[in-house]
Amino acid sequence: MIADIDLHNLTVGMELPARAWTAGFEVWNRFAAVNDEFVPIHMDDDAGRAAGYDGAFGMGYLQWSWVHDVLRDFVGDRGRIDRVQGSFRAPSLKGAEVTAGGQVRGVSTVDGRLVVDVVLWTRTGDGVELLPGTATVSFPVD
Amino acid sequence: MSAPASHVSEAMRNAVGRTVSRRVSFPVAASDIRKWAIAVYFPHRPPARYWDEEAHGGRLIAPQEFNPFAWMTAEPKGFPVIDRLDADILEKTLGIEGPGLTRQLNGGLDVQYLYDFGTGDVITAVRVLDGYREREGRLGRMLFTTVRETWTDQDGRTLQIRLQTGIRY
Repeated sequence: MIADIDLHNLTVGMELPARAWTAGFEVWNRFAAVNDEFVPIHMDDDAGRAAGYDGAFGMGYLQWSWVHDVLRDFVGDRGRIDRVQGSFRAPSLKGAEVTAGGQVRGVSTVDGRLVVDVVLWTRTGDGVELLPGTATVSFPVD
Repeated sequence: MSAPASHVSEAMRNAVGRTVSRRVSFPVAASDIRKWAIAVYFPHRPPARYWDEEAHGGRLIAPQEFNPFAWMTAEPKGFPVIDRLDADILEKTLGIEGPGLTRQLNGGLDVQYLYDFGTGDVITAVRVLDGYREREGRLGRMLFTTVRETWTDQDGRTLQIRLQTGIRY
């Protein structure tokens, strides 16, 4: 976590601190419990196969939360998340190592706030992009 | 049998702009925020601001993507009766016939976060059918449906504007 981020040294290309998870029932079940998402494709390998995958697979909204975790690490207590956009390109399959990360692609000052545009992603260990997206976060200018 | 020229009927086109649903949450509970944060960070630990009121001025603020409508809402009251696996549920809710496609995916989200909310807040979500578009894909003609949902709090303040795209084929 970089709550003490040096806003004066934010540069295009800077990587946000990434986080990683192992996809599987340990994380899916917890998310199903809080989001009321006990759907067969997320609980049952047969249902996942019937949908065309190798087995049960994870929720898009859980990946959505994971990219928010990365953004929250980045903005800390000082900044705020203004907008997040993402496409659910592929599901996370059981056992996949999923990394959520981001990279700064723009820095500007708008109405007295430092505005940072970010490219976001979740990816598997073998480079499959699951949730590409973008975000805008901002910080008060001291 | 050839695929239909379009999955979008005249009734569907005429429904664009109509309100699909209105939901009102129960007051957001601290326990719900804690459980959400623990689940979406697991096995990592969530920041203290999502579980320790003293860390954030005596009140928990929800993670931005927290769902205040999970399991049950204050309005509509009672247990949900809709079948979320029904790919035509949106059109049926509007009282029109859907395209009859059988497979559906969540295509993506685009959310503007205008204000935070937290314990005690009551959230109202109004969902409007924003539009349909179609595209030929590997699996045939795919129907993209976008809904725009606006979340407000008990004071009428707009908290979030959410565009969600569903894909049916």
